[in-house]
Formats: sequence, C-alpha cells, structure tokens
Amino acid sequence: MTVNGERHEADVEPRTTLVDFLRGTLGLTGTHVGCEHGVCGACTVLWNGKAVRSCIMLAVQADGAELKTVEGLADGPTLHPIQRAFLEKHGLQCGFCTPGFMISVYELLSRTSTPTDEEITDTLGGHICRCTGYQSIVEAVHVAVEKMRTK
Amino acid sequence: MKPPVFDYAAPVSLAEATDLLVRHEGDAKVLSGGQSLVPLLNMRLARPAILVDLARIPDLDWVRADDETVAIGAMTRQRTVELSREVQARHPLLHAGLQLIAHPQNRNQGTVGGSLAHADPAAELPALALALDATFDAVGPGGARSVAAADFFLTYLTTALAPTEILTAVRFPTLARRTGWSIIEVARRHGDFALAGVVASVGLATDGAIDRARLVLFGVGATPVRAAAAEGLLVGQRAEAAVFARAGARAAGDLEEPLTDVHASADYRRDLARVLVGRALAEAAARARAA
Repeated sequence: MTVNGERHEADVEPRTTLVDFLRGTLGLTGTHVGCEHGVCGACTVLWNGKAVRSCIMLAVQADGAELKTVEGLADGPTLHPIQRAFLEKHGLQCGFCTPGFMISVYELLSRTSTPTDEEITDTLGGHICRCTGYQSIVEAVHVAVEKMRTK
Repeated sequence: MKPPVFDYAAPVSLAEATDLLVRHEGDAKVLSGGQSLVPLLNMRLARPAILVDLARIPDLDWVRADDETVAIGAMTRQRTVELSREVQARHPLLHAGLQLIAHPQNRNQGTVGGSLAHADPAAELPALALALDATFDAVGPGGARSVAAADFFLTYLTTALAPTEILTAVRFPTLARRTGWSIIEVARRHGDFALAGVVASVGLATDGAIDRARLVLFGVGATPVRAAAAEGLLVGQRAEAAVFARAGARAAGDLEEPLTDVHASADYRRDLARVLVGRALAEAAARARAA
C-alpha cells in the first residue's frame, strides 16, 4: 500500500486492523484509536480518496490502496490550510479526535470547494469531540474553505 | 477489543468464493465492506474460522438505473449509490434512505449487499428492500437464484441465504406515478441505529383517495416488519390525519413484542412506531399530491 505517498510492503496477520497496522507497524501514531467500533471517528483515514474508519477495516482490506493520514496533510513544516484553520479557530482542545476530523474535512473539501452548511454538518456528524462543543470546529471548516479558495 | 484469530482468503471469482464457503461450511464469514462484521470481530461477538473477502471478485460493483428498476451490485459502496445522480433522479426514496445509514465515513466503506445480507432489523436497507419488493440475486454451489424480499429476511441477522451462498445483486423497483414516499426514524444520536423507523409509500387516485399504501417498520422486531393490516385500513380512504392516526395505532398494536434493551423499552418503541407511522403517511401523502 501507499501511505502519504510512500510505498510500504508488509506481511500482516489477517486480524490486524488498519489503524493498528498504521500505528504499530508503520509508526504513524497521528491516527488515533478511540471506540474501535466505527462510531467516534478518531481513526478516520483517507482510503483511495475516501474518509473511512481504520478501526473497523482490516489491514488486508487496504492491500494495494492509496492512503493518507494526518501526517500527510502538512507540507514539511508548512501546515495544511485545514490545520491552520483548526489552530486559528480553536477547533481542538485535547486534540485526540482532531486527526480524524481533519481527514474528513479534507475529503469534503477535495470533493467541493463550496460545501453547504448541511454537507459540513453531515461530515462532522461522523466524529465525536468531547471538548470543543463543535461550534469552533464548524467555524474552522468555514475558515479552511476561505483559505483554500484564496490559496 | 481486538479481533480473534482467523484465516483470510481473497478469492478472485464467485466460483472460488463459494468453493471456500462449502469447504468451511458454518465456520466461514463473507467479508464485504466490514462495517458490521469488523465491529463484531473487534467485540468478539463473531468468531469465524475464516473470512472470505469479496473485494477481488470482479463485476460486483455497479449501479444500473432505468425507469422501472435501480439494480445494484452487492459490493457497491453505499456512498456510491447515494451520490449517484441517476439514483437521486429515479429513486429519491432509496437516496433518502441511504443518507440515514450511519455516517458518510461508514457509507464510504459499507456496501449495499453487505448491509442486506447482515440483515440487522434496525437497519434502513432491509426495510427499504421489503417496502419496495426488491429482488435479491445470489450465487451458490448449485448455481444462481433470485429471492423476493418478502422471503429473504427470516429473523435477527438471518436471511434466506444458505451459508454457502453469496448475494451478488439487489434490484429495487422504482415507485409508480402519483406515489409519495417517506422514510423517517428516531435514533438516540444522528447516525445511530434507529430505535424505530418507518418506510411508507402512498399512491393517490385522481379523486384524491388512497389507492395503494405500503408500510414497513424497522427497529421494532426480529426483521423489518410489514404492517399489512394498517395498509388495508388506508386503501379507499381520504388522505387525512385521522386516517393516518388509525393506521399508526393499528401498525403499532399489531407488532409482536418489540425489543427491550438499554436504548429503549418495548412500550417506548411501540409508541414511537405509532407516532412515526402517522408522520410518515402524512409526508408520503403530501409528496403524492405534489407528484
């Protein structure tokens, strides 16, 4: 599989979930393990361009796939506009859920540069955050839309 | 919260897949998108000896829509069908139902066939299949066959598919002209499984009377439940609130004991079903008038 543009080959036990493979085998610990049944969204990664739950996907299901994780968002030391928007609008507090949120927002903004409020809510609805109260995350998405438009 | 040990096979043809299922009969599980199966493995509620992954089998990922039918290959992602403009135009009920399944992040991976073969009684697709008289196409060691939705859902997580059979496609008829529809559900949080839900369709005659009705409830029994007696109360009646309320009371009263669990009691689910049937019928009738 290709992760953040880098090719990886490994033998895995069939029962290894994708998130455990990313964290344990590849050392990409930016993707977090939360509920482990596909509800909280902390483990969300981009799989062939689509946001999916890596805790309820087996690593073998990603054989040959192109993946992007939160580590793949920034360009070297330059944060991605989505990351800067979360920073500026305080779209995070403890940060545990943040990598997943940002990957889903990335998918949304790669599909449309003018998301509706409904599309934003629908996207963020697949994630649970226990700190922010969500409003600042919604604002961060709006700011990210602006930043990516003017980029 | 990690899966137990199992073997894994990724066959490249249906014949190879059914061979594997025959060889491991009773100990194998078919893996499609995994949005139901992998959580069950993580929680160790399922302990199959082997997973047979359908991902490498060609020709199971497609959507074909015409005026009469939306046909979907079993491995087609729910999100692909939801975002299909053809499906949005020809089958707004199916489109609306897909949007109620979990979250976009689950629908990106979860498949139409997987959800139907898993047959969770609180899930949207089985209820839609029953409400629309969908047809299921399956392949097994004895060849291919088709099963009507009315014969497909047997009980909790159990369908008419043999352990050696694989669902390959499902065909959803579109709604007739002057037919309105509704799918509504109540869940603890958006994206959760429904505590109770209703799929309704209502056809109106030129004089405004109801000439056909279909009501299917979900989350309130061991399978999606067709409320046939309540449908009978509607036909020939005026499409108005008192008629819808009577149908709701009948549909709820006819339910065998709905599930009691940590989320809701049986009484609560029954009352929810009564209210939701009334609302769904009102919405369906309004759409029929506008159609």
